[in-house]
Amino acid sequence: MIATTSFNDAATPTAPPLPSRRKKRGRRSASRGETIAGLLFISPWILGFLVFTVISMSYSLILSFTNYDLATNSMSPVGASNYAQLLEEPRVLTSLGNTFTYAVMAVPVELAMAMLMALLLNSVKHGAGLFRVIYYLPKMTPAVATAAVFLLLLNGNQGAINKALAAIGIQGPQWLLDPAWVKPSIVMMSAWAVAGSAVILLAALQGVPQDLYESAALDGAGPWSRFVRITIPMISPTLFFLVITLSITALQVFDQAYLLFYRDGAASAAPEAALFYGVYLYQQAFQQFNFGLAAAMAWLLFVIIMLITLVQLTVGNKLVYYESGDK
Amino acid sequence: MSSEFQSGSDMTTLRTPQETGEPITPSKDLPPSTETGFEWWRVRSTTFEVMRWVVLIVLAVLFMYPLLWLVSASLKPRGEVFDNKLIPETWTPSNYVDVWSELPLLSWLGNSIFIAVAGALLMTIASSAVAFGFAYFRFPGRNILFGLVLATMMLPGAVTLIPNYLIWKYLGFLGTNVPLWGSALFGSAFYIFLMRQFYMGIPRELFEAARIDGCGYFALFRRIAFPLALPSAIIVFLFEFQASWNNFSGALIYLNFGSVEEYTVPLGINYAMSKYSPTAGGHGDYQYVMVTALVVTLPMLIMFAFGQKYFIKGISAGGVKG
Repeated sequence: MIATTSFNDAATPTAPPLPSRRKKRGRRSASRGETIAGLLFISPWILGFLVFTVISMSYSLILSFTNYDLATNSMSPVGASNYAQLLEEPRVLTSLGNTFTYAVMAVPVELAMAMLMALLLNSVKHGAGLFRVIYYLPKMTPAVATAAVFLLLLNGNQGAINKALAAIGIQGPQWLLDPAWVKPSIVMMSAWAVAGSAVILLAALQGVPQDLYESAALDGAGPWSRFVRITIPMISPTLFFLVITLSITALQVFDQAYLLFYRDGAASAAPEAALFYGVYLYQQAFQQFNFGLAAAMAWLLFVIIMLITLVQLTVGNKLVYYESGDK
Repeated sequence: MSSEFQSGSDMTTLRTPQETGEPITPSKDLPPSTETGFEWWRVRSTTFEVMRWVVLIVLAVLFMYPLLWLVSASLKPRGEVFDNKLIPETWTPSNYVDVWSELPLLSWLGNSIFIAVAGALLMTIASSAVAFGFAYFRFPGRNILFGLVLATMMLPGAVTLIPNYLIWKYLGFLGTNVPLWGSALFGSAFYIFLMRQFYMGIPRELFEAARIDGCGYFALFRRIAFPLALPSAIIVFLFEFQASWNNFSGALIYLNFGSVEEYTVPLGINYAMSKYSPTAGGHGDYQYVMVTALVVTLPMLIMFAFGQKYFIKGISAGGVKG
């Protein structure tokens, strides 16, 4: 769908064959041996797909209309009451709201940070490799280690971040206690590890033909207008791809929130503002063992993600400039 | 970059080229100038150059700081973890000795290494075989099946989380670490997609020639396709190793109810964080958490040091989620 152009170039063997070639292929593909061998090669995936996608999703759908009893391993049908409960249960709505708010904050911040990094890395000749490594190290840091460090860095009284803010005369907030600052704290952690998106953007920036910039500069376009009129349109497919993937990731935020606020299991001390959808789903499924309700929550999330992706695709197709499209 | 700053610095540096009188050479990304204003371009570009380096370095410091902080905190005694000095006041390298008796770190490391190696190896072998199946062979329904492969990439993990748990339960693998690496046996959509692209780049004549020489299908894969696509196999291995090594939620679901010795390092950090947390009755021995966090991070950094080009290639080629 949004595969990079280099891949499309490499894909010559599957490129629509000429009619004459297709005829030849058609005859060859009748080979029974080849069919069997091909199916054998892909059989691991077929098996996995059947068990962990087809059966799994059907099972999940059935579960969402039942109450599952883990002790006796039995299901009793309850109709749509799990779904009805989703709408009534205030914590479901709270967690949904928290998750949306987080996504709306995180995606633009991550995108802007990644863009800044990519532009910087793209513009230096010497030392780009070193900086790329430095920016990438956080991305290599496991989420648990990141959470452990930021738990202490973000400490409202003794943490390094507030100490640094105090040094320039700003009274830092209680990052992990004040409900208003819980989400920005997690956004900060995500932005710290944003180098993956930056590398994707960097590849896109390097794919913009240099002669476009040269001719625009000859026409008197300054750096800003070159950026807005050439860079942004040329990399818009990549930007768009990142908006979608970052949104999907943000809507499933779990690790950092769990580690920072729910690691003690009790969860009593956790602020309501840190109750994300993934966390609540986990609690319902694996702490309360309400598999039915949790399955219904998972389907709701699935539908929401699909809808958001669909909206983004519709809006995106109007905004994104595809080179091969109508020029 | 505020516009005031830009115009301000333009004003201050505007004089330099004229004063020094050095020959004006147009900068690399700017046009060899027309009649007027090449000084303006040049000045502007030097200002840019300085600002660019300032931002680059500030960002680098900000991004390195938490990691340096981690290293330094791991070398501090209990009372000083929070003192925010990058050079520890009291050097406590003994943390690195004590941690092994404080926490079952050795078992955690063993579990993590086993799970990551098993997962990454199986994933690489399975995904490359499946990818070869889709790239080389022609059989009815191939394109539909490959479409399904791509479609599964869109599926959020949350939907299959619970049924997969019940499937592993049904298969009798709950309480073991099999669920954490077992599904690698079936390959994964993104890796299949990635490797298929590499196989497509291999000239078909190569395979045809080998076929004529009597090469069987499996030998075709093992002796020609796989060796030629080795770089992509390395990408898959490294990505999956990283994903598996960092996997926290999976370990939480499948290992949290077992004994502490069965944990992986990420789950162990979670355990240590609550164990030492004063709110949970600990004594705030966060230095051990820091050592453990460093132990889980270091292999990733080393892996990146040696496999940097594979990570960059893999991530920019397929657009792995950022």
